[in-house]
Amino acid sequence: MAKITYIEHSGAEHTVDVKTGLSVMEGAIKNNVPGIDADCGGACACATCHVYVDAAFEGKTGEKSAMEESMLDFAENVEPNSRLSCQIKVTDELDGLIVRLPESQH
Amino acid sequence: MSDPKAKVVILGAGHAGGSMAAFLRQFGHEGPIVLIGDEPIPPYQRPPLSKAWLKGEADAASLALKDRAWYADNGCDLRLGVTATAVNRGDRTVTLSTGETLSYDILVFATGARARKLPVPGADLNGVLELRTAADAEQLKAALGPDRRLAIVGGGYVGLEAAASARALGAHAMVLERESRILARVACPQLSDFFTAYHQARGVRFELGVEIAGFEGEDGQVRRVRLADGRAVDCDAVLVGIGAIPNDDLARASGLECVNGIVVDLDARTADPAVFSIGDVTHRPLPLYDRMVRLESVPNALEQAKVAAGVIAGRPPLTPEVPWFWSDQFDLKLQIAGMPFDADAILVRGDPATAKFAIFHLKGDQIQAVEAVNSPPEFMMGKQLIGNRKPVSRERLADTTVSMKEVAA
Ligand SMILES: Cc1cc2nc3c(=O)[nH]c(=O)nc-3n(C[C@H](O)[C@H](O)[C@H](O)COP(=O)(O)OP(=O)(O)OC[C@H]3O[C@@H](n4cnc5c(N)ncnc54)[C@H](O)[C@@H]3O)c2cc1C
Ligand code: FES
Repeated sequence: MAKITYIEHSGAEHTVDVKTGLSVMEGAIKNNVPGIDADCGGACACATCHVYVDAAFEGKTGEKSAMEESMLDFAENVEPNSRLSCQIKVTDELDGLIVRLPESQH
Repeated sequence: MSDPKAKVVILGAGHAGGSMAAFLRQFGHEGPIVLIGDEPIPPYQRPPLSKAWLKGEADAASLALKDRAWYADNGCDLRLGVTATAVNRGDRTVTLSTGETLSYDILVFATGARARKLPVPGADLNGVLELRTAADAEQLKAALGPDRRLAIVGGGYVGLEAAASARALGAHAMVLERESRILARVACPQLSDFFTAYHQARGVRFELGVEIAGFEGEDGQVRRVRLADGRAVDCDAVLVGIGAIPNDDLARASGLECVNGIVVDLDARTADPAVFSIGDVTHRPLPLYDRMVRLESVPNALEQAKVAAGVIAGRPPLTPEVPWFWSDQFDLKLQIAGMPFDADAILVRGDPATAKFAIFHLKGDQIQAVEAVNSPPEFMMGKQLIGNRKPVSRERLADTTVSMKEVAA
């Protein structure tokens, strides 16, 4: 279990418990956190699960695959700390993780 | 004319119906929501049933759209294992298999599609399977394992994904296709050839241009597929994947116009202002191509769920999306955007031999569709260019030294 805080573009915060093994995207969807669309359900095919990872956790969220890197490159408003949240697996190490959500996923 | 207190009854608790309930709440709808589904489990994603889930890489819980508790917590009356049997639009009621009659202010048909049956002798033998529901997928998974022989009737996406997953589990897979190429209805010949070769190199066998005469078994269990030319294909199980038929019978019986699906407008509304329809069951306008089509894809189900929920909740209209689709087979990710309607040329960017290429369908200097294999830039940029109708130079598009961002600049 890890506590994850999702901060919407509007500033609204949602802190939820997410089971390890799920993805950061699934943590949002299952808990009805708005702002992550995840149209492809985690297949790394849509780039509508874009998040900005808080600096304190950047080293802990794992490496981006070439596919993720390539999909992200075409999302809107990409920053160096951008990730596709379906590609981040939740581990105990991620307890306390903060991710910020972009204004829109489309 | 939105009414935040309206009672919304959704028929079909699949990807579209489940998502619509969630969008309604997300958009602040306050009225009661009733979600009627004939399957025994809450709304779930079907795509992994032929892919990650079938290979054992995703568990059942990860398929669910929402945890079961979400429905109760959000005032959504989820009625599982219940079939809607009749709709009376005159007095705005729905009859259920339980004998109950439900009233509605707004009705939504989200009844999806069902697997097309193959009407041949032996189709009712044990081991003759289809793949539409989680229950179907359980049966298929149980039939697969090292050295088990799976015969797949129909070389569409579901069949090919199942073939790839079967190989990953050590089973044998033989695809039997009536047309002279696989993916005949949904992809261009170049893509069919590529997928055929890729599958063959990984042990999938193909018989193209064959007609199925029937299935033969022993003790009620299927043992072989009989082809019309007399040949037999031995097998331990058969997957029939020959397409899907829209579940539009109820709507039709209630007097709504159906043409290969329930006819809706851009708001996902039928001719009856109190009745919407979303997902695989709809025959919908595609303004980009100035046509009516029936699409079978998750993005389509989500788009219509969002549009219909937005209309009911009184939100501003959304820009129509470019239709898209994906498929995973072996280590290939196929992403398709647009539809090749009215295209006058096909252009291949990249080399299929590298398993990283994209096929563009062009109408003059406009991209109508792109089929991208392991090529996210071509898919993402192609999708944008299809949507904004920006002209492109064919020469630059064909030149892989020119990046997709430069092509679009
Ligand atoms: C194996 C498989 C793989 C797929 N892969 C992909 C993919 O990679 N990418 C993609 O975009 N799409 C894919 N699809 C398609 C995608 O799953 C569908 O487009 C999507 O499920 C459509 O959602 P829907 O809600 O319209 O229909 P469904 O999900 O079929 O839901 C309709 C529900 O309504 C129920 N129902 C019907 N009639 C009644 C009634 N009278 N009363 C009560 N309930 C009723 C049905 O039983 C069903 O549960 C795949 C489909 C399958 C089967
Ligand atoms: S959910 Fe589609 S890319 Fe993450």
